[in-house]
Amino acid sequence: MSMWEYANPKLFMGWTKPVLPWSFALAGVCLVVGLVWGFFFTPDDFRQGSTVKIIYLHVPSALMAINAWIMMLVASLIWVIRRHHVSALAARAAAPVGVVFTLIALFTGGIWGQPMWGTYWAWDPRLTSFLILFLFYLGYIALWEAIEDPDTAADLTSVLCLVGSVFAILSRYAVLFWNQGLHQGATLSLDKEENISDVFWFPLLVCIAGFVLLFVALVLMRTRTEIRARRIRALEARARRA
Amino acid sequence: MIALLFRDLRLAIRAGGGFGLGLAFFLIVVVLVPFGVGPETELLSRIAPGILWVASLLAALLSLDRIFALDYEDGSLALLATSPLPLEGAAMVKACAHWITTGLPLTLAAPALGFLLSLAPEAYAYLLISLLIGTPALSMIGTFGAALTVGLRRGGLLLSLLVLPLYVPTLIFGAEAVRRGAEGLDPTGALMLMAGITAGSFALLPFATAAVLRINLR
Amino acid sequence: MLNVKNLTCARGGMPVLADVSFVVDAGTALILRGPNGIGKTTLLRTLAGLQPAVAGAVAFPEDEGAYASHADGIKTALTVTENLKFWADVHGTPLPDSILEIFDLADLRDRLGGTLSAGQKRRLGLARLAVIGRKVLFLDEPTVSLDGFSVKLFADWLQNTHLAAGGVAVIATHIDLGLNAPELDLTPFKAADDASGGSDEAFL
Repeated sequence: MSMWEYANPKLFMGWTKPVLPWSFALAGVCLVVGLVWGFFFTPDDFRQGSTVKIIYLHVPSALMAINAWIMMLVASLIWVIRRHHVSALAARAAAPVGVVFTLIALFTGGIWGQPMWGTYWAWDPRLTSFLILFLFYLGYIALWEAIEDPDTAADLTSVLCLVGSVFAILSRYAVLFWNQGLHQGATLSLDKEENISDVFWFPLLVCIAGFVLLFVALVLMRTRTEIRARRIRALEARARRA
Repeated sequence: MIALLFRDLRLAIRAGGGFGLGLAFFLIVVVLVPFGVGPETELLSRIAPGILWVASLLAALLSLDRIFALDYEDGSLALLATSPLPLEGAAMVKACAHWITTGLPLTLAAPALGFLLSLAPEAYAYLLISLLIGTPALSMIGTFGAALTVGLRRGGLLLSLLVLPLYVPTLIFGAEAVRRGAEGLDPTGALMLMAGITAGSFALLPFATAAVLRINLR
Repeated sequence: MLNVKNLTCARGGMPVLADVSFVVDAGTALILRGPNGIGKTTLLRTLAGLQPAVAGAVAFPEDEGAYASHADGIKTALTVTENLKFWADVHGTPLPDSILEIFDLADLRDRLGGTLSAGQKRRLGLARLAVIGRKVLFLDEPTVSLDGFSVKLFADWLQNTHLAAGGVAVIATHIDLGLNAPELDLTPFKAADDASGGSDEAFL
């Protein structure tokens, strides 16, 4: 059986049903363990004091804000190329989740920024990029909502997502060009020397895993809802014809 | 393609075409800013590049929904889609017509308005060049947005929501080039990057626009 | 010249007509009949390539199809001649004065599109078909808002110029054009309630 067959709506509903509670449970466990560990069992940073602990919310949500868009991009491409309905609906389902992650990243960033930089908001490249990402999410969701025919909406939002991704990357570099900011360098990078020490690193990893699982669980749940809504639509259309 | 360009220009200039509205809007926005921020010459001169760029961007936005909406309503778009002219070409021509009727007049009027805002004398040349290079990108990106929302009854507001984030890089490079020019720095980098965006938009967005139009015509 | 094979077409994601097959030879027309809502417009748009077919195939010489519906694509701010000239230029064809005569537009040539009556607009829209010189016409209710005289003008052009030159036409209409053409009743092709191919199908 090809992997694509799992994207058939009926099969998708079948295999996600048992998976869904597990992914929520795992996400919950990871988040509780990661956050409790991070908040109460790590030492204060020698420069930033206890404010550094907001990292356990800020970094995972920022990471997932970008990953959610990438997931939408991949799902849109799958819809455009292979026309799997579930793929388009999953992209639609992921967008509001991505918006919330973006907002969490922006708010926790502001809360962290106040004691560190003395301001909640600065037109720093990273902060600005997230604000722009937020606008892209809004446009994408608004286009989905505005179009009645679901297949047309899926097609148009997919094209918007592709074009938007290119312009989002352009904006990222434009913003860097525009202002060299306050934000510290990447918390996570493959270059190990820059990284934070292991004491902070392990609980952070657990939190990231928790956010990824939470994202997966929410998207699966929302996709299931979208599929049910489409099914109702299809059944109603058939009832009207009969 | 030339025929379509001339038709669109003629339609824009004739009664009801809305030609000049964008220009008037540009003028009003620029005139309103000093009322909002105060008359200090120094402050105005410092923010002039940004104001001129944001105002021209908004003025370009104003006429975007006319690019395809009228042709969609009266059926011309469906007839164009079945004509020998490829929709990709039609999309590019439409963007060019939009630029000639809004972007070009805005570019030419901008120095006069720069004078109102006491723009630094060194910056005028860069203002003209940056708008000349940048406004075509605004038209092409806007044409894509107009194609996305052509089938919607109240697409105007949605169009702004979709297009404005796409305008961010062009705006940043455009205003940055003028600001660097005003401060006596080298604006070549910003101008080159903006030219890159314009060239890239014209190379790729006609295909996206045509694809979107075909979907909307279904 | 026009060959339609097992065509299924959909409106709003639901199949409306299924398994439509017919052949139209050069120099003949085909009149589509059927009650409102049966899918005549959908079929014509699918034939013209404006929307994809759910199944089946449509074959006619490339770049020879033209579509006309109630939306004539007339620009209100352009004159009659300018409107026609535009389509002539897009299609790379000349605009002979005789076409204005045939469709009784000669006296209106410098009037703006916006000042024409509904019937005059319709005549202008039909004149476009003569200008672009395409051989395969898909006409959706071409005679709406035409008076008896204009209907006859149009039918004469269709019979004596277009069809006589080896063109074909598929026409959806409720009135009798006086053409010597076979009719195709679409009622038997109405898609079954559970016809396959709808965009919602995967969800049922």
